[in-house]
Amino acid sequence: MNTMKWLLKREFWEHRGGFFWAPIIVGIVFLLLNVGGIVATLAAAGRAHIQVGLIKFDTVLRNLDPDALRMAGAGVDMTLYMVAGIIGIVVGFVVFFYCLGALYDERRDRSVLFWKSLPLSDAATVTSKVLSATVVAPLIGTVAGILTGVGVLLIIAIFFAFYGQNVLGLLFSGNPLAVLLTLVAGIPVTALWALPTVGWLMLCSAWARSKPFLWAVFLPVGAGLMVSWFDLMQSLTLPDVWFWEHVVARLLFSVFPFSWLGAGGFFEKLEGMDNEQEVMLNLFGFRDVVAPLASPEIWVGAAVGIAMLVVATRLRRWRDDG
Amino acid sequence: MSTVISARKLSKRYGSTVALNETDFEIQSGRIVGLIGPNGAGKTTALKAMLGLTSFEGELTVLGRDPRTERDALMQDVCFIADVAVLPRWIRVREAVDFVEGVHPRFSRQRCLDFLSHTKLKPDMKVRQMSKGMIVQLHLALVMAIDAKLLVLDEPTLGLDILYRKQFYKDLLEKYFDEEKTIIVTTHQVEEVEHILTDLMFIRDGRVVLSATMDDVSERFAEVMVGPDRVEAARALKPIDERQVFGKSVLLFDGVDRKRLQELGEVRAPGVADLFVATMKGTYA
Repeated sequence: MNTMKWLLKREFWEHRGGFFWAPIIVGIVFLLLNVGGIVATLAAAGRAHIQVGLIKFDTVLRNLDPDALRMAGAGVDMTLYMVAGIIGIVVGFVVFFYCLGALYDERRDRSVLFWKSLPLSDAATVTSKVLSATVVAPLIGTVAGILTGVGVLLIIAIFFAFYGQNVLGLLFSGNPLAVLLTLVAGIPVTALWALPTVGWLMLCSAWARSKPFLWAVFLPVGAGLMVSWFDLMQSLTLPDVWFWEHVVARLLFSVFPFSWLGAGGFFEKLEGMDNEQEVMLNLFGFRDVVAPLASPEIWVGAAVGIAMLVVATRLRRWRDDG
Repeated sequence: MSTVISARKLSKRYGSTVALNETDFEIQSGRIVGLIGPNGAGKTTALKAMLGLTSFEGELTVLGRDPRTERDALMQDVCFIADVAVLPRWIRVREAVDFVEGVHPRFSRQRCLDFLSHTKLKPDMKVRQMSKGMIVQLHLALVMAIDAKLLVLDEPTLGLDILYRKQFYKDLLEKYFDEEKTIIVTTHQVEEVEHILTDLMFIRDGRVVLSATMDDVSERFAEVMVGPDRVEAARALKPIDERQVFGKSVLLFDGVDRKRLQELGEVRAPGVADLFVATMKGTYA
């Protein structure tokens, strides 16, 4: 257990830039862009002789009926989800390239010989890398995402405060705590969902003699093209759309946040809604996060991912580059 | 004294190349063994097999364990420096010390810091900022602070200047080695290690061709410097090697009676390098 703690620390030290700084810097840039956007809007308004702050938003808000207020709250929640989602995409890219390098870089710079000179089993090492990709990085990304989201809300509140309006009530009329819980609950779901991609990328990382990226991308994409081509020739009954969605995409894109939405029936749910208000209020929540757990696809994918990780572990154990 | 490593019919091929060819050898505890052979003779493969880094055929036990199936347990007691500069380039001195302390039950932080205090390494320094010599110093500090039963060094001083090389072996001998430990070292710089070795193993074409203690070696082999008048007489005793120095001939003998040699000229113990050259004659032919 203690060893695992140190292995995780080691991964964090090596990838501090991607795991820690990348989401923070993206968050800060995002906030600066917001400030810049507001300043630019004000400047444009000034040039057009539009006076800002005449509409008393806070008064409007206070007189909103409860339904409208709930809508506004849901809108605020959506903003938080979206900001966290943007940072989640950045984390997705970080994790993608982390997995590709996880068992390749150490062979390229031969530092694998140093790690193997210590009492560290291959299973523990690979496990620490999988945990870094599926838990550590997403956890840091989620915290950064929530902080950035709250930062966006505060910037808007400060902007209104300059005009003597208090909109804090509105901004926190949503349910930021529920957003936080939903995002945190999404981490294990995303982790399970991401296993085929993590497994595939790490397998390529352990196996490729060079250029793991090309192998990792071109093997599934090439297979997809073959299936599409056979489909075109009508000599195969395997539908190519199914193959692209459930094999190619699962091997390459499952580390990205919310890529499991489809498996949880999210899009069918949307289609079943008939008015805007319903969509807004029920768009996304805890239920949508846990829904994919009911689909066999997430479990089958996780099993396949673990199988690939077992092979990657064996490759790391026995790989002998001469 | 007990047997640390024992190999029976140890074989390994890479495709059509035979790296180890049904070789047998044993290594006892408390020894410093020099594993010496020409390029491609199978030194590194033999070490890799001992460390469980490669598959092999035949029998091999290290500290009573099979390195293929019991590697994880074995690494509690075995440490190695595979090559210079295999420390990860991103790691800091401080992080490396913390990490090894965290994962190795036999690591002594105090010993490591003591050793580092005699170098120019600073806790915040990253490996990528270090010279090759400094990287080896860090690696050695980490390894010497581990109380391992077996330490394997594969070309540990390759590419280092003479100051670092001398210091390396001095530290190894004075600060690390004791009768509980066993060290196996391979190197091409034979002259620099021969005075610290207790045992010699020559490997050629995948087989251990000579395995003896240094005492045995100096008893068995002798070098005689003879003038031109006695060369024919000396050659009759079947020397294993002959070279010319200042118009005289230096002949190397294996297991020839010392008294007879003394009649021919001045008898000396041969250097390991000369012995090596004589034993490996024709390797690249």
